[in-house]
Amino acid sequence: MLIITVLILISVAVALIFLIAFFWAVKSGQYDDTYSPSVRMLFDDEKNKNEETSKNGNKPKS
Amino acid sequence: MGVVMENEVTPPTNDGKLLCYHCGETCQNECLQVDDKFFCCLGCKTVYEILNENGLCSYYDFENNPGITLKNIVENDKYAFLENDKISHQLSDFISEKQQNITLFIPSIHCSSCIWLLENLYRLKEGVNQSRVHFSKKQLTLQFDPTIIPLREVVETLVSIGYEPQITLDTHKKDKVKKEDTSLLLKIAVAGFCFGNIMLLAFPEYFGFDDVNSELKQFFSYISLFLSLPIVLYAASDYFKSALKGFNQRYVNIDVPIVLGIITLFSRSVYEILSQTGNGYLDSLSGLLFFLLIGKWFQSKTYQGLSFERDYKSYFPMAINKLIDNVPTPIPVNDIEIGDKIIVKNNELIPVDGVLLSDYANIDYSFVTGESIPVRKNIKEYIYAGGKQRGSSIEILVEKSVSQSYLTQLWNNDTFTSQEEDSNTFINNISKYFTLAILIIAFSSGFVWYVTDPSKVINVFTAVLIVACPCALALSSPFTLGNTLRVFGKLGLYLKNTSVIEKLSKITHVVFDKTGTITYNDQSQIHYDGVELSSIEKEMFSSLSSQSSHPLSKMIFKYLDEKSTLNVESFTEIIGAGIEGIVKNCNCKMGSGEFVLEKNEVNNIIKETRVYISIDGDVKGCYLIQNKYRKRIKSVMGQLSENYGLSILSGDNDSERERLKQLFLDTTEMRFNQLPDDKLNYVAELQKQNNVMMFGDGLNDAGALKQSNVGIVVAENVNNFTPASDGIMDAKLFEQLPALLKFSRSAKYIVYASFVLSFVYNVVGLSFAVMGNLTPVFAAILMPLSSISVVLFTTFAVNFKAKNLF
Repeated sequence: MLIITVLILISVAVALIFLIAFFWAVKSGQYDDTYSPSVRMLFDDEKNKNEETSKNGNKPKS
Repeated sequence: MGVVMENEVTPPTNDGKLLCYHCGETCQNECLQVDDKFFCCLGCKTVYEILNENGLCSYYDFENNPGITLKNIVENDKYAFLENDKISHQLSDFISEKQQNITLFIPSIHCSSCIWLLENLYRLKEGVNQSRVHFSKKQLTLQFDPTIIPLREVVETLVSIGYEPQITLDTHKKDKVKKEDTSLLLKIAVAGFCFGNIMLLAFPEYFGFDDVNSELKQFFSYISLFLSLPIVLYAASDYFKSALKGFNQRYVNIDVPIVLGIITLFSRSVYEILSQTGNGYLDSLSGLLFFLLIGKWFQSKTYQGLSFERDYKSYFPMAINKLIDNVPTPIPVNDIEIGDKIIVKNNELIPVDGVLLSDYANIDYSFVTGESIPVRKNIKEYIYAGGKQRGSSIEILVEKSVSQSYLTQLWNNDTFTSQEEDSNTFINNISKYFTLAILIIAFSSGFVWYVTDPSKVINVFTAVLIVACPCALALSSPFTLGNTLRVFGKLGLYLKNTSVIEKLSKITHVVFDKTGTITYNDQSQIHYDGVELSSIEKEMFSSLSSQSSHPLSKMIFKYLDEKSTLNVESFTEIIGAGIEGIVKNCNCKMGSGEFVLEKNEVNNIIKETRVYISIDGDVKGCYLIQNKYRKRIKSVMGQLSENYGLSILSGDNDSERERLKQLFLDTTEMRFNQLPDDKLNYVAELQKQNNVMMFGDGLNDAGALKQSNVGIVVAENVNNFTPASDGIMDAKLFEQLPALLKFSRSAKYIVYASFVLSFVYNVVGLSFAVMGNLTPVFAAILMPLSSISVVLFTTFAVNFKAKNLF
């Protein structure tokens, strides 16, 4: 029966990891705006090469 | 996702009319063409050219005609005040030598093309490092290098491509709303996590596996106990706080019986586990909180893009030009002092009361009264704050500070300072009796058992409190009202929160503002009175009126609907009087009675707006400009008057009284010439006997909106600036007003019906508890079952009702 004890502890621990991951996601603001990321994702595909060159020239690191 | 990746010209026609490639409006008088694309105005064309030059034309690929019309062109140095360091600092989130971060509110953000263009701003202007759009808040967060590109230029770039940010006194200090949302979300996560795991550990118990060895059983209960700690200590903390607050204010809210249930559940479970007499009710406890928190979250739906809290500060500009040694220098509005001389430019809002120093001014008080036709003021006349100057710049001598001015004084009224907390909700009314009934049942059944079998007293007493925990009761209201709020939102009525719905259902009297609320803001009805005009004459006046940008000239131009190709010579416009010019060798005049008839006494009797016309001194007649009432207003008012008392308040004179009488019943009270304070006092007077609902649109209604039980703003465009209110209604919804109010009343009955449903569950549960037969398994089944069925019932009932009404 010891094995069940161990398994239970492991399962709770795994669930806890997901809970922490969720906390992190909320705190870092991933649920603040649910629309623009879905659109933004589609933009980057479009002119990747252009972006790359203009990024190097135009975007100084801050 | 409507991302279309083709570069063809959009079919430019709609009912045979040309559509602007940029903004999608029909091209009316003029039509400009670049490459094979058509534009409705110079503004749209310019934006296209800017984007084309910078290779940003994929803007047009994501959505058809995504642009914003640029017909309202902005004054050149409108944003000069951004060069003032103090203002620039105030607006920025972060500022250093080489980097400045700023968050701007841009109401015109509306589609995926907007996001794309704004986030590619760095390709348009050097110095912009990064730009991020927050779509639902309509915010743009910018990071740029102020040494390469100053703030003013960034903002002007945005304006030039049609995304004018709203920079007002108010915008820089409102980022405090967000926090609570996430804490609720985290609590739901914790409750869900613990609920799932505790339930899993309770499964052996549910299925009655007696052969599980007792050591393991005990281990399971200890883990459950451990998992329940975050629920009681963290997830339930809001309920403890609220119950305690209610206790301090001496009323029993719904959280009191909930807290009572939580404490009993938890302490009995702890006792059972530690004394090894049972497994406790921790699964029921965690399930209960999980459902309650979900209900709370469902109820807290908010519209991020809309603001219900605006006061005059949102309307006022950040800065104003003050004359210092005869040089106009921008200073923050709050720094204006009595005796200062300020310059107000075309289209700028006058922030303070003062005396006009220029020869004349042409002031549009549409913010204050809803009336869009400008008023002429002469030198030395007193000018009230809230108007907008139309025409050339004027100079004003400040007489009162911002907070003491005519318009802003309204906010010094008590109505705006008192913060009442509304505890008088359905659920709190019931919870008093509920708590009392539960305590009586618990004590009396405890007493009965004390007489018959003393060993079971504690058992029965706690069982009653556990099973009676008003989970279903507490869920019925949030889900009904939350669903109703969503239905309203879909239709175009955006309410501040769910308690507005409860207040709506109690309304007995409805008050309407006139201009802009029951009339169209942007349309007028024109009636011609006089000699029939030949088509040549019409064309002459059409050509004359096309020369002027005065709203009345524009209206008449539109009304005449004629070509305006005739040449107008020696055109003159006298502000506040009229226009004249020589067309086809005839001297044509249009304007006020004084101007055209050359008499002085005419205007004293006539109260409505009239425009007289004459050719070579021969008066042809006049145009009567009247408000245009909203479609189907008569039937709306007829239906409303069956259930509600009605009143109309107007800031205008009573020239429309006769027309209003035909639309409304005799019982409707009408008041004219009402100042903002009068409106507020009238509502307060009505409230002695009634629950008052107020419909308004402008800043002048702000006091009455605040004072009334429910204040709703009617807006042609809900993203426009609206005064503080309980809700914002799309003007298109006006004809459905009776149905909307009916719907809010039916929401009340649905809440009552679900109360009955949850009482049935309580009776079943209580009868078991009183008998002393409540087992943990039974509780674990009954409590979620009742919650889920109440949620389903309210959701279906609300949506069914909505389908029937709309």
